[in-house]
Amino acid sequence: MLLIPCPHCGPRAELEFSYGGEAHIARPVDPASIDDDSWVTFLYERSNPRGVHAERWRHLHGCGRFFNVLRDTVSDTIAASYPAGQPRPALSPDGKGTKR
Amino acid sequence: MSDLAIRENSLGRLASVIRNIPSATLAVLPDTAKLLFRGRPAAVDVAGRAFGVAMPQEACRFSARGGRTAYWCGPDEWLLQAGGEASAALFASLDAALAGQSYSLVDVSHRSDAITLSGPEAAYILNHGCPLDLSLQTFPVGMCTRTIFGKATIMLSRPAPELFHIDVWRSFASYVWQLLEEACGEFA
Ligand SMILES: [Zn+2]
Repeated sequence: MLLIPCPHCGPRAELEFSYGGEAHIARPVDPASIDDDSWVTFLYERSNPRGVHAERWRHLHGCGRFFNVLRDTVSDTIAASYPAGQPRPALSPDGKGTKR
Repeated sequence: MSDLAIRENSLGRLASVIRNIPSATLAVLPDTAKLLFRGRPAAVDVAGRAFGVAMPQEACRFSARGGRTAYWCGPDEWLLQAGGEASAALFASLDAALAGQSYSLVDVSHRSDAITLSGPEAAYILNHGCPLDLSLQTFPVGMCTRTIFGKATIMLSRPAPELFHIDVWRSFASYVWQLLEEACGEFA
């Protein structure tokens, strides 16, 4: 089980959370004005990296808030967690934390 | 019409057959007025003054004065509890004080029932269904949080080293009670 650091409540067991998919995907402001390909990109295309992935989690059985996590999809190491709305932090060279 | 709504504690019948286990004792707390408040900082200050207990700013903490308690639920969300008070009167007084502010205030008194678990083995019993580290270092007196017990969400708080309050939605209350009781059976 993952130990996920909620930016508000601190580290908690994974079963208190629900997964919310890839982070930083902005919904088109005016969907009616974009073509089908752009809409398909927004709906379905994800980066699916082998490595560090920015993803949304919700502390469902806790403070209830959505936030973002940088998790390595190979090692499951969580390098950072940050409140929703903040930009993706830069990783330190070893990939185990954020740049200070 | 509201006179027709009869409040009956969902745990009354279960609690009447409880065995007395001193190392981990279960009890049902009396019904209280419960309001869920959400708001921006300006409204939070006003609500705290009107309620008589300031909303804790530190995450996962509660503060109490008299029979009133304010529990931190989220960064802009608090549970306000008032023992022995009518929720409608409390709601009206806060609503009046908050006039002109942006906020949300919901009477959730009928949503949940509350249980106490006390005794030297209380934390051990809770850990049968709750993944939190309940040592006094990481879950000190004065802490509260929503968490999981078994398959149910609970609001867990610790008013004293060997005393936990569990606030649980009515439809989950008998499940939580019986799971706790089963765990307590180890010491019967
Ligand atoms: Zn949280």
